[in-house]
Amino acid sequence: MTQRIPLERHRAPVSQLGQTVPRAENPEAIGAMVSVVIDGIETKVPFGSTILQAAESVGVRIPTLCNHPDLDMAGVCRICVVEVEGQRTLQAACAYPITTGITVNTHTRAVRVARRHVLDLLLSEHYGDCYTCVRNGNCELQALAEEYGVDEFRFGHPTAPVTETDESSYSVMRDMNKCIRCRRCVRTCIDLQEVGVYEAIDRSNGTRISTFLDKPLLDVVCINCGQCINRCPTGALYAKDETDAVWKAIDDPAKHVVIQTAPAPRSAMGEAFGLEPGTPVTFEMNTALRRIGFNHVFDTNFTADLTIIEEGTELILRLYKALVEKDASVALPQFTSCSPGWVKYLEHFYPEYIPNLSSAKSPQQMFGALIKTYYAEKLGLDPANIVSVALMPCSAKKFECNRPEMHDSGFKDVDYGLTTRELAKMFKEAGVDVPSLPKSDFDDPFGTATGSGVIFGATGGVMESALRTVIELVTGLKVEDLYEHADIIPVRGFEGVRYAEITVPQVGPVPEILAALVPNWEWLKGATLKVAVAHGTANAKKVMDNIKVGGKFSECHFIEFMACPGGCLGGGGQPIPTTAEIRAARARAIYAEDKAYSVRKSYENPAVVRTYEEFLTDGPCGHKSHKLLHTDYTARGKHIS
Amino acid sequence: MTCQRIDTQGNQLTFASIPPNVGLKAALAMSRADIIDTVRDSKLKGRGGAGFPTGLKWNFAAAEKGEPKYIICNADEGEPGTFKDRVILTDYPDLVLEGMTIGARAIGAAYGLIYLRGEYAYLRSHLNHVIQARRDAGLLGQNIGGVDGFNFDVIVAMGAGAYICGEETALIESLEGFRGEPRNRPPFPVVNGLMGRPSVVNNVETLAWATCIFAKGADWFAAIGTDASTGQKLFSVSGDCAKPGVYEFPWGITVAELLAQVDGADAKAVQIGGASGRCVPRSEFSRQLAFEDIPTGGSIMVIGPQRDMLAVARNFLEFFVHESCGQCTPCRLGNAKLLEGVDLLAQGACSDEYLEDLKSLGQTMQVASKCGLGQTSPVAFLSILEYFGDEALGRTPTVQTSEASR
Amino acid sequence: MPITDTDRLRANVLALTEQYGCNRSALIPILQEVKKAECGIDSEAMQLIADVLDIHPVEVHSVASFYAFLQPELQGRYIIRLCRTLSCDLQGKDAVATALQEELGIGFNETTPDGVFTLEWAACMGMCDQGPAMLVNDTVYTRLTPAKVAEVIKECRTSLNAEVRA
Repeated sequence: MTQRIPLERHRAPVSQLGQTVPRAENPEAIGAMVSVVIDGIETKVPFGSTILQAAESVGVRIPTLCNHPDLDMAGVCRICVVEVEGQRTLQAACAYPITTGITVNTHTRAVRVARRHVLDLLLSEHYGDCYTCVRNGNCELQALAEEYGVDEFRFGHPTAPVTETDESSYSVMRDMNKCIRCRRCVRTCIDLQEVGVYEAIDRSNGTRISTFLDKPLLDVVCINCGQCINRCPTGALYAKDETDAVWKAIDDPAKHVVIQTAPAPRSAMGEAFGLEPGTPVTFEMNTALRRIGFNHVFDTNFTADLTIIEEGTELILRLYKALVEKDASVALPQFTSCSPGWVKYLEHFYPEYIPNLSSAKSPQQMFGALIKTYYAEKLGLDPANIVSVALMPCSAKKFECNRPEMHDSGFKDVDYGLTTRELAKMFKEAGVDVPSLPKSDFDDPFGTATGSGVIFGATGGVMESALRTVIELVTGLKVEDLYEHADIIPVRGFEGVRYAEITVPQVGPVPEILAALVPNWEWLKGATLKVAVAHGTANAKKVMDNIKVGGKFSECHFIEFMACPGGCLGGGGQPIPTTAEIRAARARAIYAEDKAYSVRKSYENPAVVRTYEEFLTDGPCGHKSHKLLHTDYTARGKHIS
Repeated sequence: MTCQRIDTQGNQLTFASIPPNVGLKAALAMSRADIIDTVRDSKLKGRGGAGFPTGLKWNFAAAEKGEPKYIICNADEGEPGTFKDRVILTDYPDLVLEGMTIGARAIGAAYGLIYLRGEYAYLRSHLNHVIQARRDAGLLGQNIGGVDGFNFDVIVAMGAGAYICGEETALIESLEGFRGEPRNRPPFPVVNGLMGRPSVVNNVETLAWATCIFAKGADWFAAIGTDASTGQKLFSVSGDCAKPGVYEFPWGITVAELLAQVDGADAKAVQIGGASGRCVPRSEFSRQLAFEDIPTGGSIMVIGPQRDMLAVARNFLEFFVHESCGQCTPCRLGNAKLLEGVDLLAQGACSDEYLEDLKSLGQTMQVASKCGLGQTSPVAFLSILEYFGDEALGRTPTVQTSEASR
Repeated sequence: MPITDTDRLRANVLALTEQYGCNRSALIPILQEVKKAECGIDSEAMQLIADVLDIHPVEVHSVASFYAFLQPELQGRYIIRLCRTLSCDLQGKDAVATALQEELGIGFNETTPDGVFTLEWAACMGMCDQGPAMLVNDTVYTRLTPAKVAEVIKECRTSLNAEVRA
């Protein structure tokens, strides 16, 4: 006899799910707006707005902890409680939908006392000394304690840790002694990223946030994206800190320490120095890096351009095999592979699609391999003495540079992946105020870059770069003839999944660099290139599930995937906090920087051209490139042993 | 299982005198709006403890457009001292199912669920048999009672040992396969309930009384009890009394009158409403059991003169510490602090200042907790402090407690 | 070819989805049945259930750990739950608790070395008028005394032996 409950629903727990109160399509319609009074201020808000949203609209500040603009509401911390006249109990402002005219008071005595009690209770369990905490000065609990005048531990304060910090992962560290059970990490990992590493375990005052069967993070399906770190209000979650090791290398006169910097950290580093989000400090940072002792400063955009050539060539070869040689075994669509979080996500959840991943390494890792070979040769350095550091917006890069196969130079190709936050710390330790420094250029031989390398930092950037190059190499036209200013708008933006079709209007001659690989471009004449872009692994999942059932995306030729919402600019190593507005501001900085470059297509990068002439002499996807610039992957599956 | 027509102490239960399916038949002859009006006229209020007007709840759900709708029988009876639902489900399950069917007709529900607490697993197959028998008799399933298009069926879903799942939104979370963590309200289940659809959650006893109302009339029901608390109520009586059991009394009975019936007149205190209720001292035994005075889901625990009230408070707080779902700060951490406070008081190691802090914390918990558990867990403790201060406070320290005291 | 434990478990879980549905709302009934059959819910079982219901293993762990009757760790064939809430407490649950511990040779939240009995506290189980009360799996025993406790345990052992012999 069936015991089924009829109907099913979306997976996210409703207590954490935004309870959508339907809003009127037309704000002018009757009932679409509701009059409310907040602290005596009268205003009208859209039906279904939360009290928190209404308060924000009239400049009334209500504290929050579990609430986060990127995540569905929780209503669990209770610090945002307010009085709604007529109700005996206080209401959580973040979760209470306004459907009728209510009067709200946000600082009655009961509210103030309740807020203090919430803080007192959290502090009675929160073990951690602010002085030694990674979030000292940027901690939401600390800020509220100060704001609400906490001057004693009314309900006590732990004097010893209860749990050991989980330091198993290369990227994400977990100190649950500082956890305030806000559930942001749970909502981030399950709802936002659909990876599913954390959940609440046990109940009552024994409730703790943990992994499957409390296994170390290294042993579960964590993809190292660090989105949980970016949203944790305290120092419970943080990225592995390797600044001591980097200082040691810098301080060692025998070591030649070089650093490559990626575009996304450059658009966000200013935030760590109090600048508005979206104020780039790229060239000031070059000065700063030399000042603290890096021997050379390189631009990752160089290898971003190289990635375009390698990956673009790989795509062309796949297309040739599929369309001309009619080889049905060719894996299409081709997926980008520069996001190590995305790569690990695919390795865990869709390992059967590994053949679709581009074999090209990420720009970081390509650079690592080149620095300890080509660069070392050029400068007559012993690669054993080179310490190769990468400044990345990414926490997963720490995992990536430690992948066993990343030793193609004969040494560990990239020694350390530093996050934006770690480098900000190093600058501050050295008393360097980045924004006030003079600008300076990157070092040669890899100094020159293009705008197309810069836009890698935003979702859609890799796709746009690839298209700019491929379109020009195949059609012989300038991209500016097809898209104004070479801005390929259809692949830009923050929508989770984007799709575009580009028809090849005409074909030109095969450029020299590819002459050995394809005889002509006739086979692409009139072809429609179908591409897609997804950012955030929840959107990656949508696309992958669609491909699995032979949906629209299975007919694409090329898909860009980024693990982090917003692309790299929203990476797990970027300054905290993160919001949609901040990410949009960083994107504006990145696209502005692109516009400022005179060269905006990867194949026109003179350093790239020189590299193929001098070093990667058998051309893109040739033997030498394959050895240094390509890699393979590991089918991990999602089973946890 | 034999059907008891009298309560466990030999008193006649109204339920025993209700002929089967008369109420359902009467309801099916009415329009759906009239069904709801009848319940409203009876002024029936929820019997699980919250006392929400049943007619109003059914009306809200009936007005919603979402589909399918659900009617859920809350058989998670977990409030300490409550066992009347067990007796109703054992002896009068048909009344409950009949009530669910009437409710389904009223609100337009296609599906019903009985959320049966895990501790009552031994009732599961009994209830499934009763349900099957009703299906066989055309009282569940398609075109019930000959009413074309009135399709309604019921399944039994089991709880798994969590008191918090007696809270209606936690119950719904549990049915959906999640932790029993209450939801943010509003919106309420009548608007956004099981699977996001309009759902009515009613207590076992409420549904049984609904059936009686249709069998004997709303006026009959409204004439019993008090103005704001109509009808009879089943009380679960236990503790230091000679005649524990299930009793039926009209609302408005005083504590003293009840104690006389159960032979517990020498009680020092009565805990009314379970662990989440009030501790009522002798001086207040003249008060009435009614929504106007002392509301209750019917749990009456009689506490004899020899008992240590601080130990009583401890028993309840230990219960809440164990049963708190853990999602919201005031309840998750507050109950543990109150329990710790009771232990400090027992050792004579609680300063006056800290006691005030704990009382204040109790006040905050009552208004800032996310659900009824945290909102009511401090009440017993606070009322014991208020009425039994001489017993609870001023204990001499038994151990030198410099670290432990606050 | 012999059916492995995992195969058997998967077959059982799939059969349960026939009854309870193949989505999240089936999770708790499935966990209950698996716990009953296997006396515990281990890593393989959790991952299998997660896979079948298309949810994350940590979510299965989270739900199981929340409910008192779904604790995933391996427990005894008979789980004895003694009520400790007020009415049973007033009616003498302490003496019964002592008797249980002595009879079984274990404390609360422990399992006998032979894996037969687990002893736990329970919260009010609705037998307040006939306490002290305890559950042994799904069966309830009321008006307990130390003597009755010994009888119940003996009964359990006898029926277990009969089962084993059968």
